[in-house]
Amino acid sequence: MADTDIAQLNKIAAQMRGKVIEMVAASGAAHLASAMSCLDILVAAYWRILKLDASTAAHPLRDRFILSKGHAASALYAVLAERGFFSKDWLESFATHGAPLAEQPAPGCAPGVELATGSLGHGLPVGAGHALAAQIQKHDYQVLVCMSDGECNEGTVWEAAMFAAARKLQNLTVVVDYNKWQATGRSNEVMQLSPLREKWAAFGWKTVEIDGHDIAALIDALDRSKQEAGKPTAIIANTVKGRGVSFMEDDNNWHYRVPKAAEVEAAKKELGLL
Amino acid sequence: MRNAFADEMLSLARQDPRVVLLSADIGNRLFDKLKAEFPDRFYNCGVAEANMIGVAAGLAQSGLRPFCYTITPFITYRCMEQIRVDLCYHHLPVTVVGTGSGLSYASLGGTHHSCEEMGMLRLLPGLTVGGPADAPELRALLRDSLNQNGPVYLRIGKKGEPQMHRDVPALKFGQSIMLREGSDACILSIGTVLPVAMAAAEKLAASGISTQVVTFPTLKPLDEKCLQMVFSSFKVVATLEEHSILGGLGGSVAEWKADHPELNARLVRLGTPDEFLHLTCEQEEAREHYGLTAEGIAGRIYGLIA
Repeated sequence: MADTDIAQLNKIAAQMRGKVIEMVAASGAAHLASAMSCLDILVAAYWRILKLDASTAAHPLRDRFILSKGHAASALYAVLAERGFFSKDWLESFATHGAPLAEQPAPGCAPGVELATGSLGHGLPVGAGHALAAQIQKHDYQVLVCMSDGECNEGTVWEAAMFAAARKLQNLTVVVDYNKWQATGRSNEVMQLSPLREKWAAFGWKTVEIDGHDIAALIDALDRSKQEAGKPTAIIANTVKGRGVSFMEDDNNWHYRVPKAAEVEAAKKELGLL
Repeated sequence: MRNAFADEMLSLARQDPRVVLLSADIGNRLFDKLKAEFPDRFYNCGVAEANMIGVAAGLAQSGLRPFCYTITPFITYRCMEQIRVDLCYHHLPVTVVGTGSGLSYASLGGTHHSCEEMGMLRLLPGLTVGGPADAPELRALLRDSLNQNGPVYLRIGKKGEPQMHRDVPALKFGQSIMLREGSDACILSIGTVLPVAMAAAEKLAASGISTQVVTFPTLKPLDEKCLQMVFSSFKVVATLEEHSILGGLGGSVAEWKADHPELNARLVRLGTPDEFLHLTCEQEEAREHYGLTAEGIAGRIYGLIA
């Protein structure tokens, strides 16, 4: 892929981060840092991987993207609006009274939102159902599930992992946004998560570990996952919580904190948006 | 009843290409015919019930009509949140079938009993909740499941339940059927305890109390037309269930009656008390333990009328 192309996608990702910061600042919603850690994954998927656009948002043969870490919904909304699934005006009213877009997605809240998530450990079982449906109906769409590392605490994740491997759901790919934090502590201390890649491999998945902020690497890994025969793929994407803004990076206070006006300005400057 | 379930699923699979059956490592050989005829329409999801419900949600979102099957406590209590979020919040047409409900597996201990699950599940918005009395009622409700555009829960027995209907009745969700006419008392019965209601009515008749028996296979939505009629016509209306008197049919009808203070009939709730059963016993003995016998029920109703 041409460097200019990647540079363009990095610029889009920076714009999306700026948008998410504005949405959180305006609404007082939580989980800003979680949204920022998965943004490059979403940009790679929506700009280069998914056979999905606004006109096919409800098409039976569309590729599916499930944001299982529903607390990062602001990132998904920003990306979907940018891709034209719905009006960017909706981002302005994010998480305000009566708005279409709640802090975490409701069923059918907006075109392109596949699942109401927010309770962790649901996206992968449902994603496995979509992938199995393709097998049954002899369709060839792909299912991509983005999960958080803290979410791997949930038992249903591993139930689904065993199920997907047993059913050889090769059209199913998980990206774990491995930012090393969960709500109240390090994700390797709260529970024994490590070695995460080996866990997925032991569950019968094809695995790959990459820098989750390297968009070229993400595109490459997602592309390869489509060609994997007989196994689902787990991409362990090493990320930084709050990525893109120095004073938010790897500081878990930003799991819940809302930036003040001066912080919004400083953040946007760092992102090259001002 | 479970044989009728397997047979009816085969027939539904033949009629409707969207039908997919998921089980959680139960029903050894029960689904062999379905598996042989439709190898890609049956999946043993392993001892992982919560994942099974999520998978069913994904299948339904992709246009299929999944049925999920395993032992009642595991497919209900263990999966409450998956049923609530994946199925009910998204209002997906998935039918959840719990086998060996109530005290069917009395001898296996409290882990296998389910006397609270109807009460828990009926609180979930948009969930249809049913408890067929016998194989023909089960077949009718399975067929009607495919007419629903949202989730359904069915609690069924295990095997050898007496057949109360000669043929598959014309029964839809939300309807009840009068099986015995009477004029003094009325028993509304949900599930496989129905033969006990019929026997109790026979005993009451011998004591000069004419008792109507209604099979009431849908807990939600309630057949309100029937409730309106029986609470206007009888001195005593009894609810009967192999389930706690809290939250199930008795609980639902008590709530309904609170909203209809103009109706004079006395309500009596017959079921299991608010406790775990610690007695080592078979289903029949468990029913005796809780007075869910013809004598026990007749005695309760007789005491209120005579």
